[in-house]
Amino acid sequence: MKEYTFSEKKDTRSGFGAGLHELGKSNPEVVALCADLTGSLKMDAFKKDFPERFYQVGIAEANMMGLAAGMTIGGKIPFTGTFANFSTGRVYDQIRQSIAYSGKNVKICASHAGLTLGEDGATHQILEDIGMMKMLPHMTVINPCDFNQTKAATIAIAEYEGPVYLRFGRPSVPNFTPADQKFEIGKAVMLNEGTDVTIIATGHLVWKAILAGKMLADKGISAEVMNIHTIKPLDNEAVLASVRKTKCVVTAEEHNRFGGLGDSVAQVLATNFPAPQEYVATNDTFGESGTPEELMVKYGLTENDIVAAAERAMSRKQ
Amino acid sequence: MNPHNKSIEELKEIAAQVRRDIVRMVHAVNSGHPGGSLGCTDYFVSLYFKVMNYSTDFKMDGKGEDLFFLSNGHISPVWYSTLARAGFFEVKELATFRKINSRLQGHPATEEGLEGIRIASGSLGQGLSVALGAAQTKKLNNDNSLVYVLMGDGEVEEGQVWEAAMYAAHHKIDNVIATIDRNGQQIDGSTNEVMGLGDLKAKFEAFGWHVIEANGNNFETLLPALDEAKKSSGHGKPVLMLMDTEMGYGVDFMMGSHKWHGVAPNDEQLQIALQQLAVQQASDY
Repeated sequence: MKEYTFSEKKDTRSGFGAGLHELGKSNPEVVALCADLTGSLKMDAFKKDFPERFYQVGIAEANMMGLAAGMTIGGKIPFTGTFANFSTGRVYDQIRQSIAYSGKNVKICASHAGLTLGEDGATHQILEDIGMMKMLPHMTVINPCDFNQTKAATIAIAEYEGPVYLRFGRPSVPNFTPADQKFEIGKAVMLNEGTDVTIIATGHLVWKAILAGKMLADKGISAEVMNIHTIKPLDNEAVLASVRKTKCVVTAEEHNRFGGLGDSVAQVLATNFPAPQEYVATNDTFGESGTPEELMVKYGLTENDIVAAAERAMSRKQ
Repeated sequence: MNPHNKSIEELKEIAAQVRRDIVRMVHAVNSGHPGGSLGCTDYFVSLYFKVMNYSTDFKMDGKGEDLFFLSNGHISPVWYSTLARAGFFEVKELATFRKINSRLQGHPATEEGLEGIRIASGSLGQGLSVALGAAQTKKLNNDNSLVYVLMGDGEVEEGQVWEAAMYAAHHKIDNVIATIDRNGQQIDGSTNEVMGLGDLKAKFEAFGWHVIEANGNNFETLLPALDEAKKSSGHGKPVLMLMDTEMGYGVDFMMGSHKWHGVAPNDEQLQIALQQLAVQQASDY
């Protein structure tokens, strides 16, 4: 298993904030909207340096989505910022009609996704957002894994014409992606080539997949580890090429097993190359209060869970 | 510049032709919303044939042009007819309204690239937010043209409208002219019965808007009101025109009731309606 190192742990939301600030300097068409969570979304630097392009919306997310759609008319590239829960379910119809169906170039940037929001509990821990957003025609869905990748993704989506859902989170996680790694929408990142089992992870589960790959290597199992940061459009070719080689797969995500990355992978396999698949995901449940670490253990989203799933998947190979 | 800049007499003639289009369009597919369309015809004809500065060479970005957004998208027949008559696309395309493979969807959409339409609408309460966003982009672009948006009166029962109303005043968006079609009707009955709207003028003024009231079925008063709205822009406050209209205006049996909100006339009713909507020289598609 290839070695991955990191000098520090950082939160992915700060990667978004840093990317947005870069865009402020490099692209005069970029504007930002925030629904009373400027600090939480790390949008302070953009707000400070580009106040004429920063719009405080207050606690009114539905209005924010409509405003963003309207701002594209005349050439602006709006980035909306609020928690993932309020970026999706709360405003689904506004996104559906005014942004997705209308084909507007809005970047919906969603922090505090998943269980790792922690102590605030289930009202704020959305585990259904990837599913909701990937079901919308025209929508691109991206869930980067660390600070550097989130920063790169933020910059990359400004260059892409069309609606994007960018999902990131609150906790500090190992920042191992090289700062100069180019972010290519829709392209999987191969982290380790292997032959016995494919592990496909997204977001915060990517680092845990790397840890799982090491644990499996210690057991003599060769795991192929892939970072799928773009859930839609999915890199079908990379998924199929890997599973054709390993003949089984584990998907890992901080999301409900219904409608997330796992289901996207399963669909590609079912229609092209059926193979045993195991899900590491929450099991049709809401979250609860607790520390992020406690929650990831309780809901089965650790490296140990990935290892166990890999062994189950391998045991089901024909 | 308005590309047509018609006189009041000409506007009346165009409005009658648009109303003929509306009843024929909904009759042809036995579906659609004639009531609100007929009530707002004079408003649409005023904007596109007199008031707004725009080009019929449609560009989505609309830089340097006045923009119009329809929030209550179900009155698409009046918009489609007005756009066609104003020169955005061929009048004969009105015959495809609500049919399979048409650009004239039941509710306005951008997906099929119909000229004149910049956002999908139909799910209510969203258009004011969109218009405010477009107006703020105009300010960033140093574009002095205006943004118009029409909403239904029942539509303001949607909470998003009030989010947008609060935002507009806070951010001093004074290059938007919103209009509420106050016909007092919605699907289940009168607004008084379904959900009392109260004093909309006082409500919007309390939210920080400059409010004008107008009769929407009389060019002699509507045009001066639109002129006043335009003159009220640029003074630090968003502008609202509360426009009283009669649902079904121009067709006597469709007036004074919510029943023709979303019902098409039958063959016999169509003929009666067309007799009432006489024009000097009909140019039906």
